[in-house]
Amino acid sequence: MSWGALPPAVQALVMGGVILGALTGILAYVTLLERKFAARLQSRIGPYRVGPRGLLQPIADGVKLLLKEDVIPETADRPVFNLAPVVFLIPCLLIFGVIPFAPGIGVADLDTGVLFFLAISSVEIVGLFMAGWGSNNKYALLSAMRAVNQIISYDLPFIMATLVPVMLAGSLRLSEIAAAQSRLWFIAYPVIGQIAFVFFIITAVAAENRVPFDILEAESELVAGFRVEYSGMKFAIIQLAEYAHVLGTSFLGALLFLGAWAGPGPIWLGPVWFLLKALLVFLLITWVRWSFVRIRVDQILRVSWKLMLPASLLLLLATAATIVWRTPHA
Amino acid sequence: MPDVRAIDYAGSERLTMNMGPQHPSAHGVFRAILTLEGETVVGVDAVIGYLHRCHEKLAETLAYVQYPSIASKTDYVAAMSSELAYVMAAERIGQFEVPKRAQYLRVLMSELQRIASHCLWLGTWCMDMGGALGGGATIFLYCIRERELVLDLFESLVGARLLYGFHQVGGVRYDIPEGWTAECRKTIALIEQRLDEYEAMLDDNPFFTMRTKGVGAISRALAQDVGVSGPLLRGSGLNWDLRRNQPYSSYDDFQFDVPVQAAGDCFARYRVRMVEFRQSIRIIRQVLDGLPAGPISSRPGVKSLAQVKVPKGEAYARVEGPRGEVGCFLVADGSNKPYRMKWRGASFSNLAVLPHILIGCGVADVVAIMGSVDPVFGEVDR
Repeated sequence: MSWGALPPAVQALVMGGVILGALTGILAYVTLLERKFAARLQSRIGPYRVGPRGLLQPIADGVKLLLKEDVIPETADRPVFNLAPVVFLIPCLLIFGVIPFAPGIGVADLDTGVLFFLAISSVEIVGLFMAGWGSNNKYALLSAMRAVNQIISYDLPFIMATLVPVMLAGSLRLSEIAAAQSRLWFIAYPVIGQIAFVFFIITAVAAENRVPFDILEAESELVAGFRVEYSGMKFAIIQLAEYAHVLGTSFLGALLFLGAWAGPGPIWLGPVWFLLKALLVFLLITWVRWSFVRIRVDQILRVSWKLMLPASLLLLLATAATIVWRTPHA
Repeated sequence: MPDVRAIDYAGSERLTMNMGPQHPSAHGVFRAILTLEGETVVGVDAVIGYLHRCHEKLAETLAYVQYPSIASKTDYVAAMSSELAYVMAAERIGQFEVPKRAQYLRVLMSELQRIASHCLWLGTWCMDMGGALGGGATIFLYCIRERELVLDLFESLVGARLLYGFHQVGGVRYDIPEGWTAECRKTIALIEQRLDEYEAMLDDNPFFTMRTKGVGAISRALAQDVGVSGPLLRGSGLNWDLRRNQPYSSYDDFQFDVPVQAAGDCFARYRVRMVEFRQSIRIIRQVLDGLPAGPISSRPGVKSLAQVKVPKGEAYARVEGPRGEVGCFLVADGSNKPYRMKWRGASFSNLAVLPHILIGCGVADVVAIMGSVDPVFGEVDR
């Protein structure tokens, strides 16, 4: 029986399994990439002891975390505390479900792909808040409060920034947005494309709680924020979810602005190009992370509501005007 | 001044949060019991003493030849300055003469120590604000890289990297080895160049200025009332530097500027320290150029505990350490040990300003302000 003859549900299931497996491996090595990259920025070497050039480091880390004792604080709200990492992880993995890695390769190419991505990625806040609340720790509680503040504030400008390519392509379906860039990547779209990309990066950094917007972890103030009480595999799951979210957003960025799988060479190189572009976005986010100091919670909110949101609305308006202006009138 | 303990607990939901003694930005073992209203600090209870090691009692049991090495451990980030205060007090009682070369070497070490200490301050402060997993750690590692170079200089001179025992009553214990001067010139030239890099990275960085400008302002009046010293005092608009106002150890032979900033906030303290870096380098160059030949001590090298006896009397000596005024009060009874000793730690007095400026700021500002005060708890608790 050929691949095309399989029922769509089976296709999606197989594809989901393949992508999840590949993703876990990529995520592990993305952490190594970030550590090496950060080390170079800081004039260090980075991990190099485990395996050749430290290549086995992520595996060693994983084994270590598996073997660690899983501590549950006595006063924690046990069901909430135990469930939180999973609730946090699921939306972060689900976002990969709508990303087409090449024409026809993907779990589900929804009509409303972008919408699904945005909606699901903001659900992670439920897991964050559960972790903060269930730990019954003051640092974690403060962190959970900050999380709600921040993610709600930054999801709006983030949505606005993603809407620009959507408007340019005229579709919410991710594969169509990718196809619409066959002639011109949206980052090269005059003025609007670049501004939108910068907005996208800033808001993505904020929505992923990375420095300079990592006020929920803020280890110098809140020790480790919402995950201060987590250890062992639960900690690993939270870590995995965070990296999945960053990587998912990087893929989205590469798809919306950098032409997704477009690139020289045969068609089967498409997913490789896509991965490389996503890693480029990832390194951009990482570069920001390792260069700035963190800003304060009230400043983050002020920047969001008074600057980013009005500016992104204006950008949307400008995009709409440009589209109307450039569309030939019959 | 508001009484920080008299807080009205009625009518609102408040959270008491314990910061320290084990906390990533406790700078050692500081404990601040914060009363929070949302994210705003409405009450501070500062607890110190976790690092108390009976320094003053210890000094009564140790001979004058022994204690300088222990004096290093009060402010272990700037060991040279506390040693210097102790031996200066003993010299003042006994009217011991210090050869010119020893005085210059003391200045040289004090200024190198200031650079090393300020490097650590800048790094840890940025790490407080930027996180161990962010840009703060990047600056931290840069600063540590430079601090290591200065510690290498100390190591080749004394053999130790943190606690030196360099000074002795009547002079210094070690003379600079061959080739050291060239190495020192190379190091300070490199650091001078790296300072430009730090400033390029921080001065106009919007995130950095957002976190520091207008945060933790100490007014001139408050600074004087509390008795802060060093960069905090100069950051609050007071032009006072012991090196210039009450020169000791031949500081009046050298040209240097005393930076003063009027704002009194974290950024002002940052600017003051950045200028101090460069002024220290300027002084070091002058010392290296004008280092006179001659003995390094008016007294023979240490052979026995009874060798240094200080006549009956008392004296107070103070030096301008990296964190401010380090004072040592000694009462001698004619034997080889002091009868009584008292430290005036710069960090201790500087820390006293915290409860006055923390009220009303956010949790994130607490660590930024703490870092800008730059306390070393060895010196606070002693």
